[in-house]
Amino acid sequence: MAVKTLIEAVREAMAEEMRRDPRVIVFGEDVEEGGVFRATEGFVQEFGRERCFDTPLAESAIVGVAIGASLNGLLPIAEIQFADFIWPAVDQIINEAARIRWRSNGAWGCPIVVRAPYGAGIRGGPYHSQSVESVFAHVPGLKVVCVASPYDAKGLLKAAIRDPDPVLFFEHKRAYRLVREEVPEDDYVLPLGQAAVKREGKDITLVSYGMMAQHALKAAERAAEEDGIQVEVIDLRTLRPLDSETVLASVRKTGKALVAYEDNLFGGYGAEIAALIAEEAFDYLDGPVTRLAAPDVPISPFSPALEDAILPGEENVLEAIRRLAAY
Amino acid sequence: MAVEKVDTAGLTDQELLDVYYKMLLTRALSQRMRVLQRMGKGTFAVSAEGHEGAQVGSAYVLRPGQDWTVPYYRSVGVAVTVGMTARDVMMAFFARRDDISSGGRNMPNHFSHRELRIVSGSAPVATQVPHAVGIALASKLRGLDEVTFVYFGDGATSKGDTHEAMNFAGVHRLPVVFICENNSYAISVHISKQMAVENVSIRAQGYGFPGVTVDGNDVLAVYRAALEAHQRARAGEGPTFIEVKTYRLAPHSSDDDDRRYRSREEVEAWSQREAIVRFRALLQELGLLNQEKEESLNRRVAREVDEATDYAEQAPPPDPATVFRHLYAE
Ligand SMILES: Cc1ncc(C[n+]2csc(CCOP(=O)(O)OP(=O)(O)O)c2C)c(N)n1
Repeated sequence: MAVKTLIEAVREAMAEEMRRDPRVIVFGEDVEEGGVFRATEGFVQEFGRERCFDTPLAESAIVGVAIGASLNGLLPIAEIQFADFIWPAVDQIINEAARIRWRSNGAWGCPIVVRAPYGAGIRGGPYHSQSVESVFAHVPGLKVVCVASPYDAKGLLKAAIRDPDPVLFFEHKRAYRLVREEVPEDDYVLPLGQAAVKREGKDITLVSYGMMAQHALKAAERAAEEDGIQVEVIDLRTLRPLDSETVLASVRKTGKALVAYEDNLFGGYGAEIAALIAEEAFDYLDGPVTRLAAPDVPISPFSPALEDAILPGEENVLEAIRRLAAY
Repeated sequence: MAVEKVDTAGLTDQELLDVYYKMLLTRALSQRMRVLQRMGKGTFAVSAEGHEGAQVGSAYVLRPGQDWTVPYYRSVGVAVTVGMTARDVMMAFFARRDDISSGGRNMPNHFSHRELRIVSGSAPVATQVPHAVGIALASKLRGLDEVTFVYFGDGATSKGDTHEAMNFAGVHRLPVVFICENNSYAISVHISKQMAVENVSIRAQGYGFPGVTVDGNDVLAVYRAALEAHQRARAGEGPTFIEVKTYRLAPHSSDDDDRRYRSREEVEAWSQREAIVRFRALLQELGLLNQEKEESLNRRVAREVDEATDYAEQAPPPDPATVFRHLYAE
């Protein structure tokens, strides 16, 4: 098995699906030339400009056109160049893609994938660093994936493309070239809505996703080595539908829960996880459900000094683990 | 004889009468929904009164089940022309379980019919315009002989989605026709506050395709413009923007009191030259319509609307247990 980066896994998933199914097309800004992160490198050569093409710089149309094309038999992957620029398309995603099946009583469906690089830690400043997942995870009718793991990304992106409903697929851009993993060459599909227990442990349940799940794994290793604390790390992978069973089963075992996410703390996705645990596993808790997230300032300031000060990472996770273990 | 000179746009006598019938049906359904709402039998009504020429004239070009229709909430005449029935319209008004458009989930007049390729819409103005472009993109990529007509009002021309969609369609030369029913008002906002141009169709130039403005009170002029746009689309020549100047004879919706922002004289003046009145005179001139024929058509329409109303009023509401269905594919 070859070791691959996240961006390679994403590219491979799309290319394999495009080979497998002629209905799959991909479009967005700069995709003909390979895309700013090179996710569609070589696609024009292999699939032609009919199946991989540049659009005008207009995010609402990118998603709106994808919706229309999906109603007429295609399986579009719409690329939003950075998640920070998805906001003009929110109307199309929430009012249209998420609702068309429900509002037509099942007559229409909207099998689109909206892909977007998200997340901080690349010195991208306040408009190339945002975490946008909580807005979409809030909406019934959508499916939301956040990945940093190459293995997960390939299998989940394939599932997203094959899924009959709209999927928002957020790829952590810091992980694109940083995170490497063994990724099978062959066709494998990971089901949406299934969390992964990435490390087993009996003392603390650490629920996370995206790049924070990568930090969590490293912090958990150190907690084991340095403090003898056994942390169970759950990478949610899919935020909606949420695999609440995996989360609750783990908390019932460990009695302690730490929820770590990169977005702003207030009203972030982790708040939902904390509420779920408090409601469904209260009797098993042996300490306060704890959140670790970015403080409530725009993510991210451009200056490294400022970004490093606000962005939670491995050290912060380790600290939070120790604090909760000591409770 | 003067009659010989009338250009009937290639429509047969039968078709001309059919156009007229659909205009009458649109009018009667709109009126009925307004009345029922005032009687407290429904919570919301939107009327197409005054728009019949714009709607029936353009939609008459469509090949039902082959071409695509992306309507908006005022499109009663479009829906019935493409093939939805009076019952379909009334079932949505009463939000019934078997309402084909949405099973009572969406507001009335949000028409949807998969077999007829009438695409489900929402309430946010103009979000449907990019969908039409996406549908047309798929038609082109798949090499299918399909044309998409998308409908919206003058207010919708101010939205970014309309601009983004038209620009996209122009770049890709897609088989889509943009039809703006310009009735001079977006609720109470007059056209003079919506745009700084006389004819909004001029914007098509900026997207690289033709734009025309036609008189919505002349149903055959609308038909001709739509036919030409349809032919252009089929020939691979790309989109067309048709601005139809029309007027809504009723308030914006059942929640609106139009006396607050427009004079009765203005409404009266438009109702003198509206499309139904004008087309009726033409049909009489052509010898296709006499009093007897007119009465029998009116009776047929009234019967249909009565029957549809009774049927829908008695039809069962949706079962609350089903509200979670169809959120995702089953
Ligand atoms: C984005 C959005 N803003 C506001 C509204 C409320 N609203 C509903 S219809 C309407 C006016 C639309 O006018 P126009 O596009 O000219 O169509 P008309 O109703 O005149 O046929 C407004 C403001 C809405 N539905 N969507």
